[in-house]
Amino acid sequence: MAFYVVQFLTGLASAASLFLVASGLSIIFGVTRIVNFAHGAFYMLGAYVAFTLTERFSGALGFWGGIVAAALVVALVGVIVEMVLLRRIYHSPELFQLLATFGLTLMVQDLVVLIWGPDDLLGRRAPGFKGAVDFFGQNIPSYDLFLIVLSPVVLGILWLLFQRTRWGILVRAATQDRDMVAALGVNQKWLFTSVFAVGVFLAALGGALQIPRDAVHHAMDLRIIVEVFVVVVIGGLGSIIGAFVAAVLVSELNAFGILIFPKISIILVFLVMAVVLIVRPWGLFGKPEAPARRTPGLTVNPWRPLTSNERIGAVVALIAAAALPFVGGNYAMTVGSEIAIFVIFAASLHFLMAVGGLASFGHAAYFGLGAYGVAFLAKMAGLPMIVSLLLGPLLGCLGAAVFGFFCVQLSGVYFAMLTLAFAQIVWSIAFQWVAVTGGDNGILGVWPEKWAAGPASFYWLSLAIAALCVVVLRLIVFSPFGYALRATRDSPLRSEAIGINAKRMQWTAFVIAGTVAGIGGALFAYLKGSVFPDSLGISLSVDALVMVLLGGVETVSGAVIGAIVFKAANIWLVSQTDWSKLVLGGFIVLMVVAFPKGIVGTLEAIMARWRARSSAPKSRVASMEVAE
Amino acid sequence: MQRRHLLGAALAVVVAGMSGNAMAQSGEIKIGEINSYSLLPAFTEPYRKGWQLAVEEINAAGGINGKKLVVISKDDGGKPADAQTAANELVSSENVAMLTGTFLSNIGLAVSDFANQKKVFFLAAEPLTDAITWAKGNRYTFRLRPSNYMQAAMLVEQAAKLPAKKWATIAPNYEYGQSAVAVFKKLMSEKRPDIQWVDEQWPPQGKIDAGPVVQAVAAANPEAILNVTFGADLVKLVREGNTRGLFKGRSVVSFLTGEPEYLDPLKEETPEGWIVTGYPWYDIKTPEHDKFLKAYQAKYNDYPRLGSIVGYQTIKAAAAILAKANSTDPEKLIAAAEGLSMPSPFGEITFRKIDHQSTLGAFVGKTALKDGKGIMVDTAYKKGADFLPSDAEVEKLRPKD
Amino acid sequence: MSEPLTLLSVEGLSKSYGGVHAVRSVSFELKAGEILALIGPNGAGKSTCFDMLNGQNIPDSGRITLLGQDTLGRKPREIWRLGVGRTFQITATFPTMTVRENVQVALVSYGNALFNFWSSAPQFAREEAGRLLDLVGMDGYAERPCGELAYGDLKRLELAVALANRPKLLLMDEPTAGMAPRERIELMRLTAKIAREQSIGVLFTEHDMDVVFEHADRILVLNRGSLIAEGTPEQVRGNPQVRAVYLGEGLVYDARHREGASA
Repeated sequence: MAFYVVQFLTGLASAASLFLVASGLSIIFGVTRIVNFAHGAFYMLGAYVAFTLTERFSGALGFWGGIVAAALVVALVGVIVEMVLLRRIYHSPELFQLLATFGLTLMVQDLVVLIWGPDDLLGRRAPGFKGAVDFFGQNIPSYDLFLIVLSPVVLGILWLLFQRTRWGILVRAATQDRDMVAALGVNQKWLFTSVFAVGVFLAALGGALQIPRDAVHHAMDLRIIVEVFVVVVIGGLGSIIGAFVAAVLVSELNAFGILIFPKISIILVFLVMAVVLIVRPWGLFGKPEAPARRTPGLTVNPWRPLTSNERIGAVVALIAAAALPFVGGNYAMTVGSEIAIFVIFAASLHFLMAVGGLASFGHAAYFGLGAYGVAFLAKMAGLPMIVSLLLGPLLGCLGAAVFGFFCVQLSGVYFAMLTLAFAQIVWSIAFQWVAVTGGDNGILGVWPEKWAAGPASFYWLSLAIAALCVVVLRLIVFSPFGYALRATRDSPLRSEAIGINAKRMQWTAFVIAGTVAGIGGALFAYLKGSVFPDSLGISLSVDALVMVLLGGVETVSGAVIGAIVFKAANIWLVSQTDWSKLVLGGFIVLMVVAFPKGIVGTLEAIMARWRARSSAPKSRVASMEVAE
Repeated sequence: MQRRHLLGAALAVVVAGMSGNAMAQSGEIKIGEINSYSLLPAFTEPYRKGWQLAVEEINAAGGINGKKLVVISKDDGGKPADAQTAANELVSSENVAMLTGTFLSNIGLAVSDFANQKKVFFLAAEPLTDAITWAKGNRYTFRLRPSNYMQAAMLVEQAAKLPAKKWATIAPNYEYGQSAVAVFKKLMSEKRPDIQWVDEQWPPQGKIDAGPVVQAVAAANPEAILNVTFGADLVKLVREGNTRGLFKGRSVVSFLTGEPEYLDPLKEETPEGWIVTGYPWYDIKTPEHDKFLKAYQAKYNDYPRLGSIVGYQTIKAAAAILAKANSTDPEKLIAAAEGLSMPSPFGEITFRKIDHQSTLGAFVGKTALKDGKGIMVDTAYKKGADFLPSDAEVEKLRPKD
Repeated sequence: MSEPLTLLSVEGLSKSYGGVHAVRSVSFELKAGEILALIGPNGAGKSTCFDMLNGQNIPDSGRITLLGQDTLGRKPREIWRLGVGRTFQITATFPTMTVRENVQVALVSYGNALFNFWSSAPQFAREEAGRLLDLVGMDGYAERPCGELAYGDLKRLELAVALANRPKLLLMDEPTAGMAPRERIELMRLTAKIAREQSIGVLFTEHDMDVVFEHADRILVLNRGSLIAEGTPEQVRGNPQVRAVYLGEGLVYDARHREGASA
């Protein structure tokens, strides 16, 4: 019995840091609607800064003062980030801030290694909380008891802050209705900055408090960020109580789960999230999101099919790309094949995001399923390459059909998180089911047959399939289905009122996107000759998001350019420098500030402005005629 | 970072100083090297220093049959797919004579499969998986570091002497952890049929929630514990275990923990008396190692980690193979490498013909605390050759070429 | 000409939220070609009533028969398929699409082409879309992005979209809200003209009494969820109960005021 009590208390202690970080993320999202990917980076910075401060200043005061000072210092960094970077992009398309904060995360990962060195750092134990307390023969670390007490205290302080202060009331109002606060004449800039600072402070405090029980290292951010997203979503976005309950729920399920299924940790949070989202789509304590209002100041140029001149231009570009084997070497062709494959992958996600309005955080699942599909068919069934290439993507299609059915019942961030949960579940299966998938050692020897084995043949094959996929997706965009799908994205209310079953349209779009991603994955398996669980992983999903956002989510085919630019930059940087994350992150942040609509989106806006200026007198005449 | 150029410049200066005339461009032999520099800098930085020292020594001694050795190094970011892109660049664009390196098992396997497909010689440096020389072995791939199986066998030799009968295991939940536990259990049960396995914990790699894990193991009340976690997970496990008294009165056998990479971060929390494999650089008194240690400390003003040894010996081995083959033809390289013996800081090693595994061994000893730092004591060098299965068994494990 | 067809028949419609009766046993009928206004002060239950007719809200009790079909439990999109067009108090259109495309989407749905992946949507029912836009006087704006339109134009566009499925019945929630007085009259004249020509029944809610009394054939007056009056504009205007309700709200509607507004 004592054991179960202690296990319960241990779970509560684990929940503490999760709660601190999650509550900060939740507050920031509630008010600013920013999906702050950099939250894990602030957590890690908190730990590093606290390590330095607590090493420098001795004694209890030095330790506890160091912890709090570290959180304050990092909060200040957060303020600077908010004022210099995020303020410029609040009016950018949805999720664009995710791209910026992702770029920051990449930079911070390299920066901490540059500043603090590559080794794992062992922080001091907390003065006064070094030992353990005996509880009927079981030991409970006294620091755990401290954490167990701390998190309800923080919860209480936050509650008071939100219920009893003017600032808190404004924050709550803004969480419910952002426009209203703007209408009240509140200085929104100040409110956003202060909210961001508080959120970052909590993240950094969560990190700083880890130093007596963890090692400080440069992968801490990734270790926590996804889990924190999950906790926030389970609890309900914007709900602090929800974050608390979810953190406790997840930690306790883990503490007791490992007694029965020792291998459960890897998948647990995602299983819980998937179940919660299917049963309670807005999380345990969340409220249904008000339908997203379109950001003011954003005019979208209506989409149109390419004119005949543009079509000629596209064909010329394709022919130029096809000429690569005559000028480039083997390496250039292999890189070219890889880029072509990522064009397919990015275009499929772009279709889902831009046309369907559904931002998936787990699109790699279908890419990876396509790759595993090919690996199973080629290695285990021994089918020829053509057959495997044709049938392999069907696994992506099947996965998308099953998971998509549940995902499209949700919208917005909840949709994104359910896609993430499914992707992680698929990843865990690939990772753990060693007998079938080979686990993390993957499936090897999936090489193309002779006719496609040469770098040039494989490049042409990839290029042709990529071109075909992009053309087909464009045709669908400008088909009656594409129009109706955009209609469900633009106005669910109106599309329902003209007889469109939005869920069915979105589900179909999900399956199309999943199948096309699967085609990309199938080619990828042959390009690399092997399949690993990475190809289902979060970082690949995030890469795809970055490509889409970089190209421009409000464009018809921006992802093509986004994929080419991102993948080429990525391959080149990884090859040239060990600090590729720092450079790539900086590049992304710069792009976000310079091209707030993505590369293609910005170009289109410039073109449109130019066209409008040159035809301005004419249109004025036209409108006068209409007025009469 | 223009590492290549810096290295080139440094080499040019050194070579010019030693031999008095710079080598012509055509008089170069290039080796391609791939590792997870950005993902695992704590392990790959000492490794890089090790191979850079080797390059310097080789060229100072006149290069490979008179040709200057150049190593072109690439980062794989910890991703098998990126490792393949890098391998491709090295082979296609840089025309390297062979590929070396890799740390993670899955990346080692990915590059090994690439080497097999493209018919390129590959000398795997650090990956531990048994598959790379056995189940998924191929004729183009050789491996330097003692494998999972060998390290398990070395530990079992000591562990079997313990009186403990009830064992629990803690291992990261991926292929390395799973196969380490499987091999250890198999070999241990062969020697000690009386052993019972009372609990197993499988925390996710890099994400251990140490409190509940420690508590769960303690609840099973084992007499001994096998640990396979390492890095930040190990730190968390040790801290929680120390506070909760998990290790008190229990024997612990632990993979790799004696390597400075993993032992040093534990500082004053280092648990005492664990039976570990590792690298006690401060305690090795052989002329070969002294020479290496002096050169390393002189060049870097730092002590070596195990990665330094692996990096150093990888390039030394590559050079020895290239020198013997006197060609960059992969078939000749394979012929040269099979059965090739060479000196190393740990004594003479041989690349076995049967499975392309080197006989580099490891040190087994016990952890201890000295001046607030973790060290290994009672260490003994275990030769790799003594801890490999019989040839007949190996032949069964390895696919025919 | 025979007696016009009964399009919509509502019997005993009721809805309450936690003990508050939003709509209490409302019954009425609507015939083809008839323009029926549903009025009442704020909170009278107009919107709830409307949402139940439209399928967005499910009544506690009562029956709605649309063209001989019971619509209870049907979703808005199913009711649309029965031949009902709908406009919203705050216009709901597709802001990133052009005016023509907005109409074309409705025609795609009407033509059961939602899962047509291959034909060219810009060419889909282009002429029909042009005809509908012509009908509401928006033909000159066909290529404009819908997000750039003035509010009055959006309302007209919405009317064109609502007409795309050749509806028998138009449900218009506050069709003139947010418009300038002159635009209001124009829009309602247009609506009335189309309704008479195509024999479409129109049910609309409205705050502007001038619009109501000028265009409605019959008026239903709702107060606190109950129907308190029903009849021609003249009948309703003379109803003391209605006057009480509206005077209580401070609204004045008499002939002089009306003439003044429309002058």
